[in-house]
Formats: sequence, C-alpha cells, structure tokens
Amino acid sequence: MSLLIESEIMTDGATANRRVSDETVIRLENVSVEYHAPREQIRSFKEYAIRLLQGRVQREEFKALCDVSLEVRKGEVMGVIGHNGAGKSTLLKLVSRVMKPTGGRVWVKGRIAPLLELGAGFHYELSGRENIFLNGTLLGCTHAEMESLFDEIVDFAEMGDFIEAPLRTYSTGMAVRLGFAVATARQPDILIVDEVLSVGDEQFRQKCAARMDSFRENGTTILLVTHDSKQVAGMCDRAAWLDHGRLRSVGDARSVVDQYKQFTKGLASQR
Amino acid sequence: MARAGKPDEKPIYDSARTVSPFVEEFRELARYRDLVKHLIARNIKTRYKRSALGILWTMLNPLLMMTVLTFVFSEVFRGAIVSKSYAAYALAGLLLWNFFAQTTTGAMSELIWGGGLLKRIYLPRAIFAVSALGTSLVNLLLSLIPLFIIIVVTGVPIRAVAVVLPGPIILTAMFALGVALFLSRVAAYFHDVMEMYQILLTAWMYMTPIIYPKNIIPEKFRWLFKINPMYHLMEVFREPLTGGGMAGPKTWAAATVAATVTLVFGWWFFSRKADELAYRI
Repeated sequence: MSLLIESEIMTDGATANRRVSDETVIRLENVSVEYHAPREQIRSFKEYAIRLLQGRVQREEFKALCDVSLEVRKGEVMGVIGHNGAGKSTLLKLVSRVMKPTGGRVWVKGRIAPLLELGAGFHYELSGRENIFLNGTLLGCTHAEMESLFDEIVDFAEMGDFIEAPLRTYSTGMAVRLGFAVATARQPDILIVDEVLSVGDEQFRQKCAARMDSFRENGTTILLVTHDSKQVAGMCDRAAWLDHGRLRSVGDARSVVDQYKQFTKGLASQR
Repeated sequence: MARAGKPDEKPIYDSARTVSPFVEEFRELARYRDLVKHLIARNIKTRYKRSALGILWTMLNPLLMMTVLTFVFSEVFRGAIVSKSYAAYALAGLLLWNFFAQTTTGAMSELIWGGGLLKRIYLPRAIFAVSALGTSLVNLLLSLIPLFIIIVVTGVPIRAVAVVLPGPIILTAMFALGVALFLSRVAAYFHDVMEMYQILLTAWMYMTPIIYPKNIIPEKFRWLFKINPMYHLMEVFREPLTGGGMAGPKTWAAATVAATVTLVFGWWFFSRKADELAYRI
C-alpha cells in the first residue's frame, strides 16, 4: 500500500513542465564516497588493541559511489533506482548532509526535510506537546517556528486531548501520524523520501497524499529513493539509475526504468 | 531557517566550502541552540517523571552520601581529622565531582543513543556532549541549595569571596566538556570505552581529595594532586565555601590552564572527525 500512488501524483508532461523551473537545487559534481573501514566490525577497544598488536587490523577500501554527477532542478520529482548496495542511500546521505563526499562536490540549495524515519527521536515518557518541540528542533526548526506551527500540527495529526498525554499511551498509528505531521509541518524546498511510506488509515493516507501533492505543486523538489521501479515510472519526472556506485543512466523516468528492467532481466536470464 | 538573513533566503550547503571543522561545529551548534534546550529539558523531565520524589532526589542524593561520610570520618576513623566544616567540605566536593562525572558519561551515552539519528538527519555532532553538560549543570545548580543550607547549619562562615563561585563552575564545565568530547569520539568507535571509563572514574575520584581531607595524604604523594586537573578545580571551587577564603593564584592559574587546554584539545579532536561519526556509531 503506498501513499503516493493513491494520490493524483501521476505526472503528465504538461503539469511537469509548468512545475519544474530551470533553477538547479541539487548538484553533484564527480562525487565519490570511499569507505576506509576495517574489514570486520571491531566493536570493542580490547579486541582492537589485541588485533593491532598481532597486526591483524585489515582495512578495506570500499567505493559506495564513484564519479557521480547529477543535477536536480527546482520542482522536479526525481527517482533514484538501483539494487541493494548500489549507493542509493549513500546518495541521500550526501544530499541531506549526513555524510561528506570523499571526492567531488555536493551543492544543495534550500531547506531539506527528510521523510525517512517518522518520529525519530520521540521519547515515550514525554507528552505529545513536548515531543513536537523536541522532534521539530531535531529537524532544524527553531522553538519560535515550532510554536507557530504547533496548532496546525496537532490539528493535522488529529491528536485532540491526547496532546498532553505521554507518548507511551499512544497507539502506533497516532505516533506515526504525529511524526508525519511534524516532519511535514513546514513546506520544505527539498523533500527526501526513502521508500514510499504508508501512514495510518485510509483517510489519513489521503490527507498525507494531498499534502505531498500541494508541496509538489508549490515547487518542492522531491527526491524519491526506492527499488520499486513501478513507483518511479508512475510518479517521477526523471530518474537516475545507480549500479555498484556508478551512475548508469539518467533521464526521463520511464525510459530509465525500461533500461533498468531490461538490465535486470538480462541478469536473471544469465543465471 | 536562519534567524538572521532575509526570510526568502535559502540556506546553501556546499561540501566544497572550506571552513575549518573547528569553527563549523561551533557555528552549527549556535544555530541548533533551541534543540540543546529541548534536549536538556527532556533529560531533566524524563529522569524525574516516574519517581515520587521527583526533582528533590537531585538534592537528597548527595546529602545522604554526605551524612554517611561525615559519620564514617567523625565516628569510625575517630580523631583522624575532621573539623566542623567537614560536612560542607565533603558535600561541595561530591557535587563538583558528580557534575564532572555526569557530564562525561552522559555525553557518551547520549551520543550512542543519538547514533541512529545521526545516520539519518544532519545534526551538529557535538550537540549531545553540550546537552549532557547542560543537564548536569542544571543538576549542580539545584544541589547548590542544600549545600548552602548545610554551610549555614554547620556554622561554616561563608566568605564574601564566595561570589567568585561562577568562575570555578565555568572552568569545571570547560574541562568536563573537553573530556566529554574526547571520550565521545573514542566511544563512537569502541563501545566498551564506556565501561573502562567507569573504572577509571572511580580510581580518579579516590585520587582526588573529595571525601578525605587532603592533609591525610603523606607529603611524598602530594605531587599526584599537582598533576590532577580536578584537584585544582576542586580547590578553587571549595576553598571559599569551607571557610578557607579564595584559593591562591597558582591554583587558579593551574585550573584555568587545564580547563582551557582540555576544552580546545577536546573540541579539535572531536570536530576534525565529526563527519565520520555518523557511520561509526
């Protein structure tokens, strides 16, 4: 069950052209990410010290991304597809500033909202109200901004009187609704979606979808990462296909998805 | 997003911009200052939410400890020392030590707690050490109330020089933050550092004159105090509170140098690898 597909987000050429401007908001220039990590995860200092003495700390070079160049324009819905380990989440981390590239340059303009894990940082002993402020400031808002958004968040998440109750008394659905409401309280310039999520019941899903649509209409750039190529073909303007850390193809969503599918089929028949 | 700047100005992130991480971390922390406040509030609230005594516990805990110690030193080791200011001496020492210990261990456990967040959203990495410091600072300030009551009740004269009190607290905060940042980076790589640090912390506490008067230590071991930053900080904090007047200029100098050097080193050590922390935790 996906949230976005049920909405009217399906693009047709005409609306896409109206929405997308020429302004670049995300630019990756020859970006590489190289991990220089120990081969085995060494979690304890004792173990590390012993291995170091024995000369057994082996390091491994691992290229998560290799010479990727990509531009995303304002208002575009950009899909990123590829197999597991192709570098999709590394790409997201670069754009959302969680990680720095080891080579090349990442340039991003605008406020980013990550729709990755709703309610990250929620504390179950705190009330809904306290969690709204904690979560909102975690996502980079100031206290004053959260104050002005507060009523709207409570309203959207349909919290009612529960807002003063500790989060541990909430149902899972309520907590997720609150998470979504906080994460999307303010229209972001760039929305990052890692796998399309389904939130709450049918009626709430429609509300979420409507909100995403209005963001899109108002010029929010959406970066959607998924391994479901059908979703990409259905809702993205353009797509980028990553394979083993390299950019295989970028362009019109449907044609990139077609290439990707052919490639996957080829792999399957080789086996 | 930025409070300064025009409302329609979009923040720009450029990975190629060359700002030293030392400065960058500080700037970002200032931008996220509201989050620091909410993290501190969360720490304080969740600690007391489910306990009947609530915030009183912060004040009671060191008081009970002080009572036991005063009994031990005045009744069990009879005649060993003990002036009438011992209760205030032990309590002041415990409070400052707890402040340091809570900041450093809190910073590590919060960073490890926040590790999942750091992998998904951007946050200034030092935010957990700073909020741990803020939390223990609130606890310290609250427990100064029972300290002053004990000082008055036991009849220890409070000298006018007690007005310098914010000085030693700031110096200890700087020292604690420096150590906390150093440990946080190490603990992000090796989780067992936290356990090892607990052992070190206990040993360190006994090497610092907190529960025992410093004059019971023989002259030939006193150099151990001289190389211990917490000893100097302790002296600067405690002297005016226990009737001794202001600590000497040498002690002040040693405390100031130790605090400044530790903070600068810790900040540098932490911020230069801050970007890597996200996928190490």
